[in-house]
Amino acid sequence: MQITSPGFKENARTALDDAPLQRALGNVRKGFIEKRAKAAAALPEFDVLRDNARDIKDHVLAHLDLYLEAYAEKVEAAGGHVHWAETAEDARRIILEICRDKSARTVTKGKSMITEEIGLNDFLEEHAVAPVETDLGEYIIQLRGEHPSHIIAPAVHVNKDQVEADFRRVHTHLDPARNLEEPTTLLSEARGVLREKYFEADIGITGANFLIAETGTSVIVTNEGNGDLTQNLPKTHVVVASIEKIVPTLDDVSQILRVLARSATGQDMSVYTTFSTGPKRDIDPDGPEDYHVVLLDNGRSAMLGSEFQDMLRCIRCGACMNHCPVYHAVGGHAYGWVYPGPMGAVLTPSLMGVDKSGHLPNASTFCGRCESVCPMRIPLPKMMRHWREREFSRNLTPATARYGLGAWAFFAKRPALYQAATRVAMAVLGRLGRSKGRFSAMPLAGGWTKYRDLPAPEGETFQAQWAKRRKAA
Amino acid sequence: MSDARSAILAKMRSAMGRKADDVERKAAVADRLQRSPRGPLPARGQLPESERTALFQKMAEAVQASVVRVASRADVPDAISAYLKSKNLPATVRMGEDARLAEMPWSAQKHMEILKGRAENADLATVSHALGGVAETGTLMLVSGPDNPTTLNFLPEHHIVVLEEADIAGDYESVWARIRERFGKGIMPRTVNMITGPSRSADIEQTLLLGAHGPRALHIVIVDKG
Repeated sequence: MQITSPGFKENARTALDDAPLQRALGNVRKGFIEKRAKAAAALPEFDVLRDNARDIKDHVLAHLDLYLEAYAEKVEAAGGHVHWAETAEDARRIILEICRDKSARTVTKGKSMITEEIGLNDFLEEHAVAPVETDLGEYIIQLRGEHPSHIIAPAVHVNKDQVEADFRRVHTHLDPARNLEEPTTLLSEARGVLREKYFEADIGITGANFLIAETGTSVIVTNEGNGDLTQNLPKTHVVVASIEKIVPTLDDVSQILRVLARSATGQDMSVYTTFSTGPKRDIDPDGPEDYHVVLLDNGRSAMLGSEFQDMLRCIRCGACMNHCPVYHAVGGHAYGWVYPGPMGAVLTPSLMGVDKSGHLPNASTFCGRCESVCPMRIPLPKMMRHWREREFSRNLTPATARYGLGAWAFFAKRPALYQAATRVAMAVLGRLGRSKGRFSAMPLAGGWTKYRDLPAPEGETFQAQWAKRRKAA
Repeated sequence: MSDARSAILAKMRSAMGRKADDVERKAAVADRLQRSPRGPLPARGQLPESERTALFQKMAEAVQASVVRVASRADVPDAISAYLKSKNLPATVRMGEDARLAEMPWSAQKHMEILKGRAENADLATVSHALGGVAETGTLMLVSGPDNPTTLNFLPEHHIVVLEEADIAGDYESVWARIRERFGKGIMPRTVNMITGPSRSADIEQTLLLGAHGPRALHIVIVDKG
């Protein structure tokens, strides 16, 4: 998909002024945080399981090459095919070849962020293959010609009345006078429309939450059941997954499942956790006749051994964005690529380059909530700092920020001078702001004062007040 | 494609400073795959059998499944017939070739029609036999095959699942041990489904609605150990 992360500031400004979006974002702030907290509190072992989940993934990443080889061997032993794709372009080409081989005209799709990452839908359409998204949220945004704004709730930015308008616009074969006021009627309508698509489709494409090395199994975790219909009814099942989805065994995946749904939606378990291994067996009355796995690298192998390796533990639960004040304010589209929120602020520069996405690791208050809720204990703020350092060292930081930091560093390295300068500055600002108690404009701080007032200092620095208090005690 | 495979593996190895023929690492990975060590298990599910069944029922009901318990396998057709009546459904169910289901006294249900094989789009109610249940979260585990075709789990409006009390485990790991025993270590059937409640979606304004694409209702019949 086209990256608009370089325009993050403009995107964010537009998002803040978008009234329907702001109304929809209220659902993120309200729902997810409370539900996760409740689910975590109901399981005394939650934190122990998080530690173990982290350790399992760290172990896999230390031996990812060997686990991938073991996994591929098992897929092939079960009668499946494994395709390796170094880049998004390679993955698209491989999938198109499978479509051509099967003379496919329609493919149904389960929810998959990896197919968003490789821009699969547009590519298939350009080559006369019609992709149909079947997850309700994905279906809605496909009708709207949009991209997901959240990795587990792709249409979280859309309101009910907008869905109703889209359904009326597209489902023209249905009675225009029908009542669509209730969300259940919208759901039933989508269910009816998509039911036919599962049977028509030549190929079903899903992502994978996990790939199991022990058995050559791909795992999807869903609530709707659309992924299962997608992969069971067509003759061919294609799994598109990135290389870091590997876990060693069925026991390991059980451990991580215990923290996944709780962190994501606050459920103890998602409704459907489905383990697929190879094509249908000869005696099976249903299931696909062909099973393909496309393993995508697309920049991930370069993260191994770097300060961003921990990011490869991510299981895409969305907890970091659900708890992020920046995401709450601007939503997912402002981030300008596939992965929004804190995980996107770390992953996007890794996959797309910090030159294109340097704004993202800067769009953080460093409040630390993302790290505190991450089920895989990924140090997201630390990694955003690493990106800021790299951006600075590559001279990508804007000149004003560089000069500002340079000036600050000059004083910070000279404590006596620093104290003297801040003492003078605080005294002057304290006196100037005495009458109103705040500044509504200030030279060099327009970015701040344009949107809010700067409280006037009380006239003394923290260090001076601290020293005074120590003396008094 | 083998070129891409070698290229990706080579990139990884150079990034990690590893060698392909590292005997020690290979042995460690093979050993971990073979041993498949268990992680910490939640105390919640580690209960004596009778309490485990009660916990399974409580957790399944908490996620909007309905649960009945019957004294023996012979009582299952009655229970299913009663469920269909209570939902105003026609007395028709579809099921696979599962031997335990086949042995049940369906003929005693005068008006019930039993269809066999994989599910059709028009099926309103299907019956499956679960391989096991997990008390920890009220989760059912079903395996694909002629006995219980996977489409039965997803196409109907009402999915009815028969579960033996003796097959309810405290945790997922215990059921995996059973699957390894049945299919062999490292071998899986085409599909294993963990099912926790009926289908749902919260994609419209984060409001929870049942029956998104899969069954609107999940009914579990537990056959007590007696």
